Amino acid sequence: MRRSWRTWAPGLILLLPSMVLIGIFVYGLIVANVQTSLTDQHTRVGPGNWAGLENYRTLFGDEDFRYGLRNLLYYTLAFLAGTLLIGFVWAWLLERGLWGEGFFRAVYLFPMAVSFIASGVVWRWLLNSAEGDRATGLNRGFDSLHLGFLSNEWWSNERWGILAIAVPAVWQLAGYVMALFLAGFRGIPEELREAARMDGASEWKLYRHVIFPQLSPVALSAIIIVGHMSLKVFDLIVAIAGDTNYTTKVPAIDLWTEYSRGDYAISSAIGTVLLVIVAVLIVPYLVYTFRQERRR
Amino acid sequence: MGHKRRAWGAALAAMALLATSACGGDDGGDGGGSDVEVFTWWASGSEKAGLDALVAVFDEQNPDLKFINGSVAGGAGKDAKNVLASRLQQEDPPDTFQAHAGAELTDYINNGQIQDLTSMYDEEGWNDVFPETLIERLKQDGKIYSVPSNIHRANVVWANNAVLTDAGLDPKAKYASLDEWFAALDKVKAKGKVALSIATDWTQVHLLETVLLADLGEEAYNGLWDGSTDWSGDEVKAALEDYSKLLSYTNEDRQSLDWPDATQMVIDGEAGFNVMGDWAVAAFDENQKTLDTDYVAFPVPGTEGVFDFLADSFTLPVGAPNEDGTKAWLQTVASPEGQEAFNAAKGSIPANTEADTSAFGPYQQTAIEDYASDQIVSSLAHGAAVPISWLTDVTSAVAKFSANGDVDELQGDLADAAEKAAG
Repeated sequence: MRRSWRTWAPGLILLLPSMVLIGIFVYGLIVANVQTSLTDQHTRVGPGNWAGLENYRTLFGDEDFRYGLRNLLYYTLAFLAGTLLIGFVWAWLLERGLWGEGFFRAVYLFPMAVSFIASGVVWRWLLNSAEGDRATGLNRGFDSLHLGFLSNEWWSNERWGILAIAVPAVWQLAGYVMALFLAGFRGIPEELREAARMDGASEWKLYRHVIFPQLSPVALSAIIIVGHMSLKVFDLIVAIAGDTNYTTKVPAIDLWTEYSRGDYAISSAIGTVLLVIVAVLIVPYLVYTFRQERRR
Repeated sequence: MGHKRRAWGAALAAMALLATSACGGDDGGDGGGSDVEVFTWWASGSEKAGLDALVAVFDEQNPDLKFINGSVAGGAGKDAKNVLASRLQQEDPPDTFQAHAGAELTDYINNGQIQDLTSMYDEEGWNDVFPETLIERLKQDGKIYSVPSNIHRANVVWANNAVLTDAGLDPKAKYASLDEWFAALDKVKAKGKVALSIATDWTQVHLLETVLLADLGEEAYNGLWDGSTDWSGDEVKAALEDYSKLLSYTNEDRQSLDWPDATQMVIDGEAGFNVMGDWAVAAFDENQKTLDTDYVAFPVPGTEGVFDFLADSFTLPVGAPNEDGTKAWLQTVASPEGQEAFNAAKGSIPANTEADTSAFGPYQQTAIEDYASDQIVSSLAHGAAVPISWLTDVTSAVAKFSANGDVDELQGDLADAAEKAAG
């Protein structure tokens, strides 16, 4: 164990600044946030008194907050299902050697380069809920294609409105998931397919037993990446529906509202709830990849 | 050798990072001496023009003071308020900041962040130049904390004459009550037009407050804010039923629009009526529309003789770096010259009744007349009647109602909001 300091010191010095900065500005602030959420500091001027889990009780007792959580769940499911399905189909089509692969790859991937706020401004117009003579955007398009029955109120519907927000989100991220799957497809050695075909596997069996298992780590990564983006959705909703609209309420919007009115305790409690929800998704994944790497 | 150099490089990089993060804290704010930093959200359009006009008067009256523009754009003041809140918390206040006059100041007062200006009002004789009913609305526990720069009226209906005539209505007709107005709205609706145009949540709160004012009358309306009118009572219920009925005349894409879109619908003849504050007059002017020939403006039916006011105002923060400079600014804001210059450019009316208003437009003339004679009440949607926190809850309740149309739930939510605000 007489390793010279020269082997470890440069690495440590290199890492130290980022460790200190992340320690203070990420983990330190998470602790401060949780602390605030356990007080009764419902104004901008602190500090508040210890209030235990009172804020969390208030939140989960509030029907509107639960509605926001429900919206978040619907949105995440729709976002995940949409991006995975479309991304996979596109990747599969391109992988089968469709003409003009480079062109389509760029076209599908490009929406990702646009920020949610910028695309939200356009989608706000596309998803306008006016019908009939005053219709604009998609409803107008449906009308002129004689598909008027498809016109709907989009995101202003109380039950399903949040799903309309998932439409632009899917549009934006499906290309990214496609790129992930395409890389996954390309990573499967041709020999594996040939071997399966030699053994007499049908095309379906080839996919079911050879390709899909090889793609599952890619699918898992896609779920984690898209899933955690989905849980943090804020900008897209603000750009399309505004921050006071009821039907598109999610916890991140509530957080902003509570913060802007100066209720620091409740807003930090919402922040903690969001952090826990994201952690539930991310931590098992981190544990899984850590184990995988150790096994190697 | 290579290792050593790399280690030094890393150490240097670390130090550079720490150095940059250490010196981010202390800029701005050092406004001692002759600087007067004025914090507003007036960064564009007629608001910026108004501020520039006011600054010109300030420079003339105070040649030895220097105006520093501390405006923060965006979010209709929301972004500015968040920035201001953190500056006040760090005890780095501007010399003066803009705030809606009235109850919106409550948080700043409770936090001990702004100073009582009652004695300044006495010394300067402002109690005589601002209308008594306005002074009454500005007071919190008998003290005044800000100086109003301008007055807007919220309870105004804007209507397109051509649309009304087409629907068989007389544009000059007066509607004594909401019920009479409903009959007119029905006629416009029958023509296939949007009877009443409206926009996103805050404009719905704006409509709601005028309906409450129309149905409850000014006394009971004022009672909503001090607890003497019961939010769960039958009178409020009846008003909410009327509000619900009014909403049935509106455009279904309301959540997608902001107020200029809704007002534009009246200007373009797509809609018959619109309820909006009198800043809407600027939109009619821009479209070269003339009052009485192209459009009419009248108080919301049932609110005749009542002036539902909102105002911007300026404060004296605790620990203002240049308190004398602040006072000079407040004097300019209150002065007839300052009020005249500012309001002519912004399109509002002077709070100071001594200002010369002969050059103001035809709509403003009617507003000035009413302002001098009407009963003045505070606007809910614009921070005069309730603190921000209460308004946030009201807005949520109204937004929810827009989605589900449940009057009982709306009343329950509004009653809860009032109870929560009472603490």
